[in-house]
Amino acid sequence: MKAGIVTFPGSNCDDDAYYALTHLAGFQGERHWHKSTPDFSDCDLVILPGGFSYGDYLRCGAMAAVSPIMESVKAFAGKGGLVLGICNGFQILCEAGLLPGALARNSGLTFSCQDVVLKVESNQGPWTNELTAGQTLTIPIAHGDGRYVIPEAEVERMRSRGEILLTYQNNPNGSVGDIAGVCNAQKNVFGLMPHPERATDLRSRDGMKIWRSVVNFLEKRRRS
Amino acid sequence: MKARVHIFYKDGVFDPQGNTVSQALQRQGFSRVASVRMGKVIDVEMNTTSTEEAKRDVQKMCDTLLVNPVIESYQIELINQGKG
Repeated sequence: MKAGIVTFPGSNCDDDAYYALTHLAGFQGERHWHKSTPDFSDCDLVILPGGFSYGDYLRCGAMAAVSPIMESVKAFAGKGGLVLGICNGFQILCEAGLLPGALARNSGLTFSCQDVVLKVESNQGPWTNELTAGQTLTIPIAHGDGRYVIPEAEVERMRSRGEILLTYQNNPNGSVGDIAGVCNAQKNVFGLMPHPERATDLRSRDGMKIWRSVVNFLEKRRRS
Repeated sequence: MKARVHIFYKDGVFDPQGNTVSQALQRQGFSRVASVRMGKVIDVEMNTTSTEEAKRDVQKMCDTLLVNPVIESYQIELINQGKG
């Protein structure tokens, strides 16, 4: 299995993602600079990592969303390829229109850097199938702009369609519906503010449950 | 021609910076402060003297990059530099 990991100027979790995927989750990793336009069709997963791409200029993720490599990411996602955005990667996916909603400044003004308890809202699809709905995970967050915003009516629609995958037990940023991670209608694009690549060995290994879900999904898809 | 774009969080989207500044002003005795909203201003110098062209281009810039319509609203102000 092959994972493409994108680096934008200001990405700082790309090494962590590479480490988790290649050393722990069993992927072959392939790094890509944002100015390239690779053909991701031989990849099983593309990751937009955390960080502060373009120094968060204009809005978090706004500049990265119009980087050349995003055309490759959109083409890959359009063919059903798995795309994961972590933290800044989540912001980029929203800015690029690959996920609904937007991430605004935390309601409490502080940069929030802590372990948080997440509740699995849905275990349908590629990202959480190794988990059960209602199960909790402990995974760290580290962000100043993680308040998920979308009209209330959309929250209900997304919930009913299983597009809300993770919620916070104690909302750290004012996100509507306590939302921590959402996927698109096709479920192949997933964005979350918490860092599963950082919950793989030290205080918590719960991030591995998400990586194992992805591996499980890809292996099943390959066999079918 | 200069285009000045004023961008704010939409009504209904909580503005934590504005809220904090508002509270600080009230604490300092400015009791008539009802609320504060903070936004940003972007000046775009345009190589055109046509108001129509400038407006059309900047509108498109706002729709494609400068503004996120999910959380932000904006106003475009066109400044004719001949008049300062």
